[in-house]
Order: sequence, then C-alpha cells, then structure tokens
Amino acid sequence: MNPLPLVAVAGSPNAGKSALFNALTGARQKVGNYPGVTVERHSGRLTLADGRPVELVDLPGAYSLEPASPDEAVTRDVLLGKQKGERTPDALVIVLDASNLDNHLRFALQLIELGLPTIVALNMVDLAKRDGLELDPKALERALGVPVIETVAVRRRGIPGLQAAVDDMLSAPFCAVHEHVKSDLIHLQRRAREIATAAVVSETPVRRWTHRLDAVLLHPLFGPIILALIMFVMFQAVFAWSEAPKAWIEDGVAWLSNAVSPMLPAGLLRSMVVDGAIAGVGAVITFLPQILILFFFILLLEGTGYMVRAAFLMDRLMHGVGLSGRAFIPLLSSFACAVPGIMATRTIDDPKDRLTTILVAPLMTCSARLPVYTLIIAAFIPNRQLVWGVGLQGVVMFGLYIVGITGALLAAYVLRRGVLKGRGGGFMMELPKYQWPPFKDVVIGLLTRCQIFLKRAGTIILGTTIILWALASIPQAGPGQKQSQVSIAGHIANGIEAVVRPIGFNHDISLALLPAMAAREVSVSAIATVYSIDSPDEKAGATRLQDQLQHRWSLATALAFLAWFVFAPQCISTIAVTRRETNGWKWPLFMVSYLFVLAYVFAGLTYWTAVALGL
Amino acid sequence: MNAPLHPDSVSLDRLKVGKTARVAAVDWAALDEGEACRLRHFGFDEGVTVEPLHLGPFGRDPIAIRVGRMTVAIRRRHAGAIQVQPIR
Repeated sequence: MNPLPLVAVAGSPNAGKSALFNALTGARQKVGNYPGVTVERHSGRLTLADGRPVELVDLPGAYSLEPASPDEAVTRDVLLGKQKGERTPDALVIVLDASNLDNHLRFALQLIELGLPTIVALNMVDLAKRDGLELDPKALERALGVPVIETVAVRRRGIPGLQAAVDDMLSAPFCAVHEHVKSDLIHLQRRAREIATAAVVSETPVRRWTHRLDAVLLHPLFGPIILALIMFVMFQAVFAWSEAPKAWIEDGVAWLSNAVSPMLPAGLLRSMVVDGAIAGVGAVITFLPQILILFFFILLLEGTGYMVRAAFLMDRLMHGVGLSGRAFIPLLSSFACAVPGIMATRTIDDPKDRLTTILVAPLMTCSARLPVYTLIIAAFIPNRQLVWGVGLQGVVMFGLYIVGITGALLAAYVLRRGVLKGRGGGFMMELPKYQWPPFKDVVIGLLTRCQIFLKRAGTIILGTTIILWALASIPQAGPGQKQSQVSIAGHIANGIEAVVRPIGFNHDISLALLPAMAAREVSVSAIATVYSIDSPDEKAGATRLQDQLQHRWSLATALAFLAWFVFAPQCISTIAVTRRETNGWKWPLFMVSYLFVLAYVFAGLTYWTAVALGL
Repeated sequence: MNAPLHPDSVSLDRLKVGKTARVAAVDWAALDEGEACRLRHFGFDEGVTVEPLHLGPFGRDPIAIRVGRMTVAIRRRHAGAIQVQPIR
C-alpha cells in the first residue's frame, strides 16, 4: 500500500500556523519527535471530499530556509527531503500573516522556489482588516503563481476552501520540472516587499489594538506590576478553583476503595489493591484539577501573545544573571513541567545560555510538586484570609514559588561566573499581535496534558506505588510491631534516615524519598500507602491524609520537607531529558548533585531556624 | 560598512521612542552570525523604516522596534550596530 500523501504546513512564527493545523485536523493529532533532535513533530489527518486520507505535518515555524535555530534546521531538512525519519512532502501549505506580508512573503517565495505543489493560506485577514489593511488575494495569486486562499484559522473561517484547494492540488497530475534556483535573501526580501505593496488595495492608518495594549502592558512601571499580578492571580487560582473538583475526586477514590474492599478476600491481595493501587494512585490524581488550571493559564498566556511580552519585561533582569529573556518562556513552562520546559530551551541560540537555562529549570516549581506542597500546606498552614480574596495558604504557596525562582536566578548567576563562563547571547524576538486563542485549541492543549498526566499516573506512579507497597508490606509485622519499621522498605528507610535526620526528616519521609526519585508526586502516594498499611483497622478513606500528618509531623519537619522539595531533583524524566538534550551524562550528573546539596542545606537551614524559633 | 553616512544619522539605540527613521547601514561585523541572520529575518535592511515603540522597564533594555509591519524586540547592543537616518 502506498503511504498517505504527505502535506507539510510551513510558515513563519506567529503566522497562526498551529491554529490552521488544528483547524484542518481537529483533535486527531499525534505528537512525536524527529529522530536525533529534540524537535517535536506534530502530525494529523485530513480527509478529502472523496474520503481519501492525507497526512498533515506541522513544521516548526521558520523565517527562512537559512536556519538560525535547530527548529528551523528541521524545517529546512524536511522540505529538502534531508530529514531522517521523514518523507519528502508531496505538497505544501504556506501560512502567511496577512498583515505582515512584506516579511512573510520572503519565506513564501523561497518555499515556492522549491517547486512542490503549493497553496498559500492568507491567514488572519480579520486582524489585517482591523488594522485598516485591505488586500487583493487575486493580485497576490498572480504574483506568486500559486493559489491563495483567505483564512481566519482561529475562527475556522476559510477552512473548507482551503481543504478543497488541497484536494485539487493532490488530484492534479504533477511533474516536477523546476530546478532549484536559490535566490539570495536580500533579493527575495526586496521582491517580497514589491509583491506585498502591490497586493495592498487600501490602507487606512488606524491606531492598532496591539499598540494600545502594549502601551499599558509594556509600560516601564505598570508592565512589571501587571505581570506580577497575573502571576499572583494564576497561583491563587490554582488553589482556589481546584478545591471543589479535588473534593469530588477524593470522594470518588474513597467510594471506590470502600466498594472494592468487600469484593476481595482480606489479606495481601486486598491490601495491594486498596492500600497500594487505589490509595497511591488516588492520592496523585486528586491533583489533576490543579495541574490543568496551571496549564490552562500557560496555554492562555501563550495563545494571546502575552508570554513574549513577559519575556520582554524580564529580559534585562534575566540578562543580569546571565540568562536571556528567551529563557523566561522555558522557565515559565517549567512551572507546569520541567520536561517540556527543558525541551523548549532549544529556541535559545547561545549554547551556554541554553545549558544554564536547562540546569536551573528544575528549580521552577513544577506541577508535580503541587501535590506535595498542597498536602503539607493544607495540613500545617491555617486556612485564614489575610485580606479579602487572599488566603494565607495561597501566600505560602506563592512564597515557595518565589524561593524556587530566586534559587534559580542565584544558581544561574553562579553558573555563569563559574563552569559556564562566557558572554551572554542576545535577545531577539518578534512581538506578535494580541489575539484571543480559540477555545477549542486551548481544550486540545489541556486534553493532551491530561492524557500525559493520567498515563503517568497509570504507569510510573502505579508501578512504583505497587513496588513500594510490596516492600512496605513484606515481611508482615507481628503483634505489637509497626509495619513501617519491620518491612524491607522500613530497613532501607532506616539507612536514609541516618543521613536526613539532622535536617529534621522522620522515618516516614525517609521512606517516601526513595520512590519519589521516580516522580515527586509519588512521595504523596508513598506516604498515603505507608499510613494505610500501618493502620489496617481503619476504614479506607476514613482518616484524611492531612489529618494523619498533623498528628505525626512537627511544623518544623513539615517546613523542612517543603524546603527540600523546592530544590531536590526528584524526577527521573527530568534527568533523562537533560541527558538527551546535553548529549551525555556529565550535565545531568552535575545537575543532580548540585540540586541535592542545595536541597539538603536549605531543608537543614529551615528546620534549624524553625526549631530555634520554637515552631 | 564603509558606506558614507549621512551627517545626522544616529545609531538606533539613540533614536527616541515614537520617532521614525530609515535604516542607513548595519554593521554586520559587530554581530555574531546567528544574530545577524535573525536581524535579516526580521527585515532589518537598508532603506527600511523603523520606529522604537517601547523600552524595557529595567535599564531601558531591550527595545521594541517596529520594522515594516512587524514589531520585534532586540537588545540595546544590537540596536547600536544599526545606523539610522531620522525622517524629518
């Protein structure tokens, strides 16, 4: 069977390429990786009018075929048929921002020169109109020699027309007669400007929306204040909005374990299912609402175009510690998860800038820490309102984020003056127009995250939870003995405890630290598993985990535990992705050691201070 | 970049916010390869109209500049390599 026709979607950054791709393929998408490089490959399916399927691939945004970043190199290689693991595309859809033709046409001209069957999607025509720009797509079509279709991808307008054009293009017999003539960039740019000018029907100068918004959002004084407020609201929302759905999930887990318990014979099997699998995984999936809220904000900030503004505002400060404003985006993504954050560093051109960003990314409080923070904060910090709408718990949470950020900046500063000495790279970014991202695209993004999280809960977390349950349950304790002491896990924990006792960690924490290496959130399920094994008489779900913690831990220990998790590199995936991104074990090992040292020292300082203050 | 510069040309980092100017010359040698490539991608080229729009809140760095129909942010150092001719 012949492989499906492959149509590549190409265009400059901020042309609305991904929105167009989403509009064409819907939610049926596959996210993979190009072999050998860390550039994501997004592909999906489009069905033509006669039912034939077509594979669509969304190429990374590029300004030209002369790459200035690894992303752009992939785009060039795919288009020239040189990318490993990718067929040469059969046809091309070029996405252009209608209001930025003089720039985007340069790349389009280069692409048309490749000689593949090509369609141009003249996108965001609504924004161009809003800015007083009227274009003549027919004139553009004549000048370029390929079909031009007007679209508004975010509103799903012009999509049927584009699909029909793709249909026509693939049905028509095609013979490649073009020789690849490579025009130089400057020449192309001038031609692009001529064509763009010729395509303009009328232009009324209007005060642009984006400009007005930027006057406020990039204001030297209000800009940073608004940024701080947005971040604050985001973290308050993570707490406040998640309360109700979290309670539903908790009730659901309790109901499930009560329902399952009587169905299984009392003994090891019931213990494994109820105390191991349900208690462990249940404890973790209650944090799904918070993770989704966090990702919702990040997707929204990215989709509206605000994220780049945040990078602009932060650049000088980041530059001060040897990073660039570009690092702000990977670092902000790391609040969701360090893995995509570290992968996003590939947009940083300077290798030392990039390495520094990778090394400090795990200090950004990722969503996997939320379960740990939430649990400890809920158990030990009183739920008081400081002023209307601002709770003490939210403030403590915000504080933990601030400690992480400060730690990251200090670490970057030290790294840039030590092992990664060198002149910083630059900061060059396009500030796209503001727009409201389509609700559907945000939902697609959230669903993908949700899937990834549940898959993790179902595999790594379930696996480690069951192993931990086994280690914690065997051998069975005799009368008068505590299960968490006599078991294999108990003995291992005794060893760890010897090391971490000085910083205030107790036996339960020592027990949780080891499986938490797999993923931080496992420490919550580990503690849940241990307590539920230790108290077999209690009805499952009868005592909430946080109530148990209040009895067993001192406040000083709880605070030290929080401090530990601000720094500790407890995540196998992060270590693995760092190894892949830095091509070796040297930097991941360096990262793990410096973070463990920081975690130990900082947890120790917290504990000793808290004890000295009599907490 | 030995092209003779007009007497009132200034480097782009000294152009006031809201003033438009035409690019007179770019000192490509002062930039490293990747930076030069990116500036070209943004359309910085002789004869193009530019206008500084916003300055970063700290140390007035970076600078947001309108180039043609695009708005791009570059550092003060990069702007220093671009000579412009103020319009009127």
